[in-house]
Parts: sequence; C-alpha cells; structure tokens
Amino acid sequence: MSDLVKVTIDGITVEVEPGTTILNAARQIGGDIVPPAMCYYSKLKGSGGKCRTCIVKVSKGSEKDPRPMPKLVASCRTTVMDGMEVQNITSPEVLEARAGVVEILLINHPLDCPVCDQAGECDLQNLSYEHGLQKTRYEFERRTFDRIDIGDKIQLHMNRCILCYRCVFTADQITDKRVHGILNRGDHSEISTYIQNAVDNDFSGNVIDVCPVGALTDKTFRFKNRVWFTKPVDAHRNCNHEKCNGKVTLWYKGEDVLRVTARKDQFGEVEEFICNECRFDKKKTSDWTLEHPTHISDTSVISSNHYETFKPLPVIKENPELQAANKIELEKTTKF
Amino acid sequence: MGRKLLLEHINVPGIHTLEVYRQKGGYRSVEKALKTMTADDVVEEVKKSGLRGRGGAGFPTGMKWSFLAKPEGVPRYLVCNGDESEPGTFKDRYLMTHIPHALIEGMIVSSYALGANTSYIYVRGEMMPQIRILEKAIEEAKAAGLLGKNILGTGYDLELYVQPGGGAYICGEETALLESLEGKRGNPRIKPPFPAIAGLYGCPTVVNNVESIAAVVPIVNDGGDEYAKIGIGRSTGTKLISASGNLVKPGVYEIELGLPVEEFIYSDEYCGGIANGKRLKATVAGGSSVPILPANLTLKLANGEPRLMSYESLSEGGFATGTMLGSGGFIAFDEDQCIVRNTWNFSRFYHHESCGQCSPCREGTGWLEKILHKIEYGHGTLDDIDLLWDVQRKIEGNTICPLGDAAAWPVAAAIRHFRDEFEWHIKEPVKSQTSNYGLADYANPIEKTPEEVKSQN
Repeated sequence: MSDLVKVTIDGITVEVEPGTTILNAARQIGGDIVPPAMCYYSKLKGSGGKCRTCIVKVSKGSEKDPRPMPKLVASCRTTVMDGMEVQNITSPEVLEARAGVVEILLINHPLDCPVCDQAGECDLQNLSYEHGLQKTRYEFERRTFDRIDIGDKIQLHMNRCILCYRCVFTADQITDKRVHGILNRGDHSEISTYIQNAVDNDFSGNVIDVCPVGALTDKTFRFKNRVWFTKPVDAHRNCNHEKCNGKVTLWYKGEDVLRVTARKDQFGEVEEFICNECRFDKKKTSDWTLEHPTHISDTSVISSNHYETFKPLPVIKENPELQAANKIELEKTTKF
Repeated sequence: MGRKLLLEHINVPGIHTLEVYRQKGGYRSVEKALKTMTADDVVEEVKKSGLRGRGGAGFPTGMKWSFLAKPEGVPRYLVCNGDESEPGTFKDRYLMTHIPHALIEGMIVSSYALGANTSYIYVRGEMMPQIRILEKAIEEAKAAGLLGKNILGTGYDLELYVQPGGGAYICGEETALLESLEGKRGNPRIKPPFPAIAGLYGCPTVVNNVESIAAVVPIVNDGGDEYAKIGIGRSTGTKLISASGNLVKPGVYEIELGLPVEEFIYSDEYCGGIANGKRLKATVAGGSSVPILPANLTLKLANGEPRLMSYESLSEGGFATGTMLGSGGFIAFDEDQCIVRNTWNFSRFYHHESCGQCSPCREGTGWLEKILHKIEYGHGTLDDIDLLWDVQRKIEGNTICPLGDAAAWPVAAAIRHFRDEFEWHIKEPVKSQTSNYGLADYANPIEKTPEEVKSQN
C-alpha cells in the first residue's frame, strides 16, 4: 500500500490514491469537513474550479516541499500530495472567503425561492443557509433575463443561473451534440441555445438534474408541487434505450407520480443518467417496478415528509404547574 | 543618453522593409544562432542575460524556456502574445507597427531555441493594420529564405502564422490566449497543468510577450553577459515604457532599467515634465492593473531614497507603499485629475472584460463598478468605502486567473492612498461634481513616523 498518499484535512488523516483531488479526499472522510461544491461534478470531466465555494487553505504543500500554498485553492481541482495538510472549516480565512463567494453568488440571484421548483433541493439555498448573510449589501438593480424554453420539456430561468457550466459539460459528454452554451461574457454571460435552437436529444433532460439551482427546470413538473410535499421512491423499468438503465427516483404526491428524476448520491450527484422517455413520458405507477423509499438525508427538508417513523414534537410543552393543575382537575372530576 | 537596443533604428526610413532592416544589421542573430549555436546554447544565453518577461509578471524568460517539457514525438509551440490591451500600454503595437522584422527575427531565434516548428503570433483583433504589416513582413522573410523549409540551408524548418485575436482583454491571459487560438471561447484554463506541460492542443507551449521575444535578438547578437550589464540588479536590459497621461511628451520610450522615476518624468530626454506647468498628483507605473501611487511615493521610496524604474525598486515596500513595473504602461495624473473617476473608469474596464467564468470576478467586478459610479456621481455614503474595500478583498486571490487581482488592486490602492479624496467626494456631493479635490498633500514629502526611524536605526 505504499503508493497511497497521505493527506490531512482539518486534522483527520486519510490515505487516498495519487491524483485524487482534495475535495474527493474530503468526501472519503465525509461529514462536515467536505467542502461545498456548486460547479464540480464527479461524473463530468473537466468540471469544477469555477464557483470557488470549495476553496480551502493548504497549510503544508507536501512532505517534500512543506511550504504552504500562497493563495486559497479550489479543492475540486487541486490534487493531493503526500503529506499535504489542508484546512477547511478549521480556518477562519477559508470560512470568510467562502462567505464572500456566497454573498457574491447571491448578489444577482433573484432569491425567488418561494416560487422556485428547485427550493428544498437547491445547493445554493443550502449554501446560503450555512454561510450567507441575513441581508444583502448589494443595493443596485439585479441583472435580469427573459425566461426561455429550451426544448419542449425544459425551461431555462437564466436569472437563477450561477454559471457552473455543468449543463454544458453534460451536453458535451453524454449527448451526441451540444446546441446550448455560454453567450456573452462577464456578468452578462448567459446559457442559451444557438439562435433559440431547441435542445432536442434523448438525454437532454439530464441538464435539469445537474443544475445546482433552479435555472433549468422540468416543464412537466413546473409549479405542480413543493418537493418536500412529495415522497421519493426508487424504481426501475426495462428501458429500451441502449444507454439508459431505467433506474430512477419517482416523486409521489398521493397516488400520482409528479416527477421522475435520476437517482442522486449523498453529494447530490446523479448516479446514472436517464433518458428523456423515462423522465418525461412514464408517469404512471404501472410503468415502473417500485423498489423502496429513497434514502434522504435527515438534514434535508424533504425528510420532513418521509416514510420513516416521524415523531411530531409535543404540541404542549411540559409545564409542571399546568400538569399539577390538571391533576387536581382530574381528581375533582373523578370524585363526582 | 540611455542605450537603445530595440528602438535603435526606429527612425530610419523604410525600417519596416526587409531590405533596410538587413542593411542595419537585421537577421544577424538568425545566422549566428542557427549556424553556430545549438538550441540549448541559445536558452543558456537567455538565462545568462537575466531577461524577465515584459508582459507584466516579470518571470525570467530563460527559466520559463527551461521548464518546457520535451517529450518525444510531440510538437512544441512558441506563441507570441501580442494581445496588448491593458489600458495605458501600447509599446507592442508601436514595435509591431514600425519594426515588424525585429519581432519576426526574435520569433525565429526563439522557436529554434525551443525546438518549435510552428509558431504563432497572436495579435489583438483590433490591431488589423499591425496584423497586415506582420503578414507582409513574414512574406518578405519567407521569400528571402528566412522562414519556411530549410532556413538558410541549416535544415531547420519554421512556419510562422499571425492570428487575429478574439476581441477580448482576457485573451491576453496566456491560457485564455491558447483556448482562443484553438478556436474556442477565450476562458482561462485552470492551472496546473501549466502551458509548459500541456498548452496549445495539449502540447508543450511557451507563451511570451512581443517585447520579450524581440529582446532575444540583441541577447543572441551580443551575448547574454553583455545584456546583463545593462540595467540594475535583477532587472537587466532595456524596457519599453509607454508613457501617457498629463505629460509634455507622451510616447514610447526605451529606457535602461534602473533609471530614476524622477528623471523619466522630468528630463527632456524622456517625458519632459508635466504638461501645462501643472504638478504631478499620482502615477500608475505599469498599466491599469498595478496599484496607483501618489506623487510622493512615486518619486521616493518610503525611506526617502529615490525610486527607480526597475522591477525591484517599483515594488519596494510591497503594496503598502509600492507598486509594480507591470507591462510598462506609465500613466501620469496632474493635480486636476480625479482619482475617484479614474478608479471608476478602470473598474468599468475590468467589469466589461471579465470573462464570466468564476463567480468572484464575474459578479464582483460589476459590484465594484457600481459602487464607484455611485460615489463618483455624488450618491455615495461613507459605508461604501468600507464595502469597496471588503468586496475587492473577496475578489483578490480567489479567482482562476489574475484578472480578478487586476480588478481589485487599483481599487485597493486608490482607497489606501487617496481615502481623503473618496471621503471628500461623499461629504461634498454637489461640489465634487463641478470641481476637483486638487493636489492636497499627495506630493508632500513623507514624514517618517518615530517608529519607522527607530526601526531603521
């Protein structure tokens, strides 16, 4: 096992394959020390490095060269060296810089979570709860774009986009031909299709799943329900598409399947991409073989409506005086 | 009179033609290098010369060349960065317009040193006349057997191409330049890998500034040791400075590094002083992205010694009291110029030119510009100055490429040195729209605090 390299993240040492990034090493440890990732997607080659939320401090470069790195580095694109020491949540500098990135990500974000379909499973929402400020210091008009339909099943709400480029990489790597991309530059950059071309591809629906915010939404689910009122169930079917395994998560409300998505792992990443037929057209329970309820993390708002036994909080808090008074009342009534 | 190496024959009529250029000793270095030296000899000479990159960062060129990976069977490329778009910098354009052959000669020698058989000159898209001049010069050189197959019978082949740029400042960042050259959107790549390992089309690549490549010619002609004698300390050789702003004689000057800043501004040989008999208020010493300095810190170091035009002396004192030589875009401001307006103008530029790839720069540059616009037009509050400081701090160092830093530094330096003027703009919203803050005490000699005197003794 000599070819493994040792890396210490926030005081926890882990041995990983050479060439692993700091972020993936942290994911092997798990827990709070995993840096948040808005643009990195382990299934997409070349992703990462853009959102800067995963920045960490390298306090010791490696065993051979113990100098610290001069700047904070993007953990998703920096590979570990033997003996490297990384500080994430133990470094106030990192937390401050990350809060700065979150603030900057939010200055042009519409914060329309109450009407956004992504609310409840939105990475940006989670991130801003953890690191964001309660109010903004940005007092200028926010940048806005028109909503456009890219393809008949997908709507693009560019105002919400954080330009993570995930959907561009998805279209490049799992579909035959990419027809959407980034137009313009700077803060006028937008995701769009070439002269309002429609995204028409068997796998185009996956851009909805990889989108960390509510910029790309499923038109068949649009405004149907809040995600935390729906119940996710893992299911599968025999899909005819050669590249699709038909393993999905169905989102139920009562008897109805409101939406079908790919299955996601604990880091919110799609396990296997699914085809558009499974995603958009098969919305009856009879189309699917149900497996089991999807495991949702306890911290997610979706868990509040999950199948696991859920103990509601006591409505009346324990109050000894009240209880004593009740006891007296009870004795009185039983006397009669 | 300083020595001229690059601009020695600039005033000779017809120097842009191959014939006149060769009469004046042009292409000697090609014959010398290709016929009498090995590629490693040339790299060694450049290393000995101590030449530092003239594009802004000042990284030693010889070192950069020696980092180039040399795997078998993979082509190597030399790319010349002519995407000069920094506000205040126009030296490369001048060189390419008037002595295109100096660049081509440098390209041949440098390509030979690096073992590149295909080289590119990436010229800013707006400089169409210069692109035509270079293309014509390349044709002339080709006809004379200085380019193409079997150059001067030595068996060395080199094809040289000129590529018009994508029309964005960011394409001057080396990895964005390579992306743009490959025909993609000019977004900077995430480093590592560095271009020396995987650059153009994934092959080892060296990207050098126009002036660095042209400077290789005198190094090969006279030898690296001879070149290293010019200049001061680790800043060797001569440097083109594009002087602009409120000067009597703005223009491109070739200086020996180590020239005192005071002499550069006030001597008749160079800029000839501040125009219209006004007094100097501030300077930006190396193009818009370097920190702005008030007049007193421009001419003198914090310890009272004169400041020199060299990489070390200009950055003496760090960002607290120093700046950078950068690309040599020297901008002088007289007492009537408004620093707030100037900072806003620079910020506007970086906002416009941000590529939009990473979030701090994409959103932060726009924010900086909007706050500065607000202050400039008299709607600011005192909190805004602190907010500006906080926002620039969150951009700096957290971006993929140096554009984020370049956007943050001028703002930081303006607040650091000219906070009084910002406050005046906020406290006098009406007056600041019609009059200027003036020189104030920005040109007064810096009085040393007792602690500083003590620490020096």
